[in-house]
Amino acid sequence: MDLEQKIGEVIETSNSEFLTQCYKLDDAPSLGSMVKTRAKEYTIYGVVYYSATHSIEPGRRIIARGRSAETEEEVYKANPQLERLLCTDFRALVIGYAHESAVRQHLPPFPASIYAFVYNANHEEVKRLTQSLNFLNLLLEGRLPVMTDDVIAAFLRCASQAYESPRDFLIKAGKELAWLLSDDIRRLDSILKRIN
Amino acid sequence: MKEKNDSSIRLGSVISGSLTGGVQVKMDPSISVEDISVGRYVAIRGEKKRFFGMITDVSLEAINPRALTMPPDISDPFIASVVSGTTTYVKVHVLPALTLSSKVRGDDEVPQPAKTIPSHFSEVELASQYDVEMVFGREDKSRFYIGNPLDMETKVCIDIEELVKRSNGVFGKSGTGKTFLTRLLLIGIMQKSHTSNLIFDMHNEYGWEGTSEKEFKVKGLKQIFPGKVAVFSLDENYDRHRRVKSDCVVKIGRDEIEPEDIELLKNLLNLTDASVQAVYDLSRRFGEKNWLDETYKLFDSDSDEIKKNLQIHEGTWRNLRRGLRTLQRLPFLVPHASSDAVKTILDYIISGKSVVLQFGSYDDIMAYVLVANLLTRRIYNLYREKVDDAIASDKQKPYQLVITVEEAHRFLNSEISAQTIFGRIAREMRKYNVTMLVIDQRPSGIDEEIMSQLGTKIICLLDNEKDVDAVLAGVPGKSDLKSVLSKLESKQQALILGHALPMPVVIRVREYGSAGSYRDLGPLPGTDDAGAGDRLKDLW
Repeated sequence: MDLEQKIGEVIETSNSEFLTQCYKLDDAPSLGSMVKTRAKEYTIYGVVYYSATHSIEPGRRIIARGRSAETEEEVYKANPQLERLLCTDFRALVIGYAHESAVRQHLPPFPASIYAFVYNANHEEVKRLTQSLNFLNLLLEGRLPVMTDDVIAAFLRCASQAYESPRDFLIKAGKELAWLLSDDIRRLDSILKRIN
Repeated sequence: MKEKNDSSIRLGSVISGSLTGGVQVKMDPSISVEDISVGRYVAIRGEKKRFFGMITDVSLEAINPRALTMPPDISDPFIASVVSGTTTYVKVHVLPALTLSSKVRGDDEVPQPAKTIPSHFSEVELASQYDVEMVFGREDKSRFYIGNPLDMETKVCIDIEELVKRSNGVFGKSGTGKTFLTRLLLIGIMQKSHTSNLIFDMHNEYGWEGTSEKEFKVKGLKQIFPGKVAVFSLDENYDRHRRVKSDCVVKIGRDEIEPEDIELLKNLLNLTDASVQAVYDLSRRFGEKNWLDETYKLFDSDSDEIKKNLQIHEGTWRNLRRGLRTLQRLPFLVPHASSDAVKTILDYIISGKSVVLQFGSYDDIMAYVLVANLLTRRIYNLYREKVDDAIASDKQKPYQLVITVEEAHRFLNSEISAQTIFGRIAREMRKYNVTMLVIDQRPSGIDEEIMSQLGTKIICLLDNEKDVDAVLAGVPGKSDLKSVLSKLESKQQALILGHALPMPVVIRVREYGSAGSYRDLGPLPGTDDAGAGDRLKDLW
């Protein structure tokens, strides 16, 4: 794994999702992007569905500090402790894993290891995982605290960038969605509109 | 077994169906429904066999009926491409007609009629050139190239040897190309088989050059097979006018007309049943040879004696007189024909040549029915004797004879087909090596029994429900073929079904009439007439 892409580490984990704390404040991967981490000898892939920046102490509220500052950067310069007191984390839904040379689009046998490093997945990995679109079911069925449809649309848009012809990939994925949502035409329509 | 590598276009997969009703194929979204037309061929890869069938219907379906009440926004091209084939899809109805012996393509395949259907989700592809060629064969010494399947360049070939063994029909509305097709078929028969033709050419279209609907001239049979075809004419004035020379001018003696001929003309001459009966009585009274002339004499005299003797009512007499006077006006009818046209025609036929009898300007239906029936009856009887002789003395039978008649419903309608010679030929068929090629625009007028005896039917556009029912009576997959038939173009397209082909086929009729088209239409090299084409070119 490429050290340069390391973005954080797992601080809460389950079979279906993991929470990553980012090393840099405000530096969470974009909604829908694919990240990877590790569980024993498995590489686990997840889709970012939620990210937040908050105080590291649950009882301590963040207060506004920039009244006299000209720029936002000045706020950080004037309060260097902020980098230590605040943190950004994100949640990723597990959509598949790789073991040895095989890639599978369903839940891994183990949850991601705690403190395992988390990386952005590169285009090759995105392509390998999205060769088959079985994982769309995991996304559609995932009971997420945010709008699932937005996450799916965002993920497909991000993943399409890994392909030479993003449109072909999107149509293929759209068709898979159309099958899965054959009894929910309105939801299909809403996702398709978000994708495009 | 050899795998041929011509690429096939995948169409979709089988989703349901039955042997009698045909199978439903869900079409892949990559193919536009607008590219698929009924009448096209498909090959289906079953588990063990390959099937060959024809598309007979196309329909639009939706996986969820709600999608139809709330249509997706297809103005967005992305959404349009996604929903096509998923939320909405196209279903194609295929009638499997043949099974090919093996799953893999090979040279040893023999198409068999389909007795089962392919399994669920079998892959369906548009038939390749190779598939079509395998089913309809290549042009060879007995197969004649008649046209191409729709949207394909492959040749559809008719097995002429099989064709002439039975009576056949060419049907279609006026102006749909019946004459063109018939001319092609006749050329095929002359080129690919040892068969004599007798053609009753009502509108002078087969012997010498005719005019196509595009107003260019097309060569007739005599020009293409000068050594094999003799043109007989009923009207020498017409020949002079057209500047052609017929091989023989036919006159019909009144002494050759029999009461059956008059009975056949009953409707055309407006005769009553009593008048027809009177004709038979008169013939018994005066003898078969003289009855007509004697009757004319009676019309001119005022003698009532015979009438009374034969108990002919006055009204019947008047009806008979009006009818028979109409016949008298036909110029080719003479008291006694000096040369025996029937014998001359028969000589040509026995020697394997073909005879076109042109009616010149006498192209009214009455003359046609009279002459065709009279000549055919006599020729058939003589021909039959020859065949019987040949059988008795164990010699070779005379060549197969095909008699071509137009307006066939006049001879073969259910009222009179039992009496006419054509009805007998159509029924007795091959026993005496004589078959018919009937051409008609109202097939519903032809007796059902005769229709059922036709071996191969070539059907151009027909839109009358009765006619369509009549031509397709008893054909498996009738309702499917009906939809194919009603969608034929009005020109140059025809549905062929029956004995000479392994399965029904819609063809675009091959080109005939342009300079290049004659190259393959003449006599085959090595036959008596070969080289005549070149001599012909010099002449023209």
